[in-house]
Amino acid sequence: MDSPRPTCIVIGASAGGIGALRILLSRMDPRLCAMIVIVSHTGSTDMRNFCDVLAEQSALPIEEACERTRPQPGHVYVAPSGYHLLFEPDGRFGFSVDSKIGFSRPSIDVLFESAAEAFGPTLAAIVLTGANSDGAAGLLRVRELGGLAIVQDPDDAEIDTMPRAALELAGADHCLDLRSMATLVNSLCGPRDESEDPLR
Amino acid sequence: MFRSSIEDIEIELFVHALKRRFGHDFSNYAPASLKRRVRLLARQFKCDHISDLASKVLHNPQLLPDVIAGLSVPVSEMFRDPPVFRALRDEVLPRLASYPEINIWQAGCAFGQEVYSLAILLKEAGLYERSHIYATDFNDVALARAQEGIFAARDAKLYSRNYQEGGGTRSLSDYYHARYEFIKMDESLKERITFANHNLVCDSVFCEAHLIICRNVLIYFNDELQDHVLKLFSDSLVRGGYLCIGNRENIQFSASATDFMAIDRQSRIYRRMPH
Repeated sequence: MDSPRPTCIVIGASAGGIGALRILLSRMDPRLCAMIVIVSHTGSTDMRNFCDVLAEQSALPIEEACERTRPQPGHVYVAPSGYHLLFEPDGRFGFSVDSKIGFSRPSIDVLFESAAEAFGPTLAAIVLTGANSDGAAGLLRVRELGGLAIVQDPDDAEIDTMPRAALELAGADHCLDLRSMATLVNSLCGPRDESEDPLR
Repeated sequence: MFRSSIEDIEIELFVHALKRRFGHDFSNYAPASLKRRVRLLARQFKCDHISDLASKVLHNPQLLPDVIAGLSVPVSEMFRDPPVFRALRDEVLPRLASYPEINIWQAGCAFGQEVYSLAILLKEAGLYERSHIYATDFNDVALARAQEGIFAARDAKLYSRNYQEGGGTRSLSDYYHARYEFIKMDESLKERITFANHNLVCDSVFCEAHLIICRNVLIYFNDELQDHVLKLFSDSLVRGGYLCIGNRENIQFSASATDFMAIDRQSRIYRRMPH
């Protein structure tokens, strides 16, 4: 049986992440049927500027995740600085200010684990460049619950520590450079009916 | 069956046990963060399963304070989000100055970093002597720590920077004594603070407040409990009284939110409307 189409894509990025995210998001199909939720470690206290920077390259609307709201397909959400971002079982966003995990809040693991439990096999998780091991434990949980694991090819990553840590602990269904990753996501989550594609 | 579903059943049983045996009701907490905390607690108590944790607490009631402490995990810093403290200093305190006595309730004071920040603000505004601050929490372990007013010296640099960014006019070190790896807040900051156990889930109105500060506490509650607590705040505030919540909190799903008018959306400061 084919695996189900992802309805939610969670992305974890750390050092070097902004460049990688700009490339990845600039190649996303604007008719994407899934929501994208990003945790990125940066020194910034206000992620709204970060959203603006990403939005320059992306056809998808990008905004900071808002507590208790339900994310919409085709939109990109970024975790605010200083809060862990979680998915509640009903698919809405939850926040917490619990202790940092591996020096990080938001933590990629926290987002991935809660998303895995909310979406199960309809989740896809992506680990990008970074200089720590956040996201590895979360990716393992994603795979345990039937979600799809995608890791940036360490040779393609600006800093390969985070992708390597994820591959080592969790493994991956796909290990790709950013361009191939965008192609894969578009094919998995693009418009459902190819015959309706006006570009064809 | 997903392992997570079995775990969900165990968490439900654990929550039910705490409610039946000790009267502590976590059933309206936001599930995702509660789950993480219960898991951590199970690990801390060396339990393989959450059902083992439930059994342990049921048969060893002396563990309850540590269980409650583990489920509330208080994390804060002095003058966290400095612009909020600047807004309190510039927008709220000058208006409170017109009252002969000022009652302030800090709900969910945890280790007390914010209540001492508030005391400093009031001192610098010349309002401290006629203020009364109620600092409450349902976590007795945290309350005892808050009352001591002792924090790690390694955090002092961050606290000082926050204080300056929040419009502080002196040096934060004027308000504490540093000893080895700790700083101890000046005793005079405590004179007008009452520390007390109060549980937002089940306890009721206990004062007529001019300002309530409750930042990043309601994020742990589901919509129903959030609404219940906002109603409690509305009932506790004088007409035109102020409410300050965490600056990423969203109260749009609460019916009681209509009791409040935003005066500073960035800092999440509201005024209670007339009923």
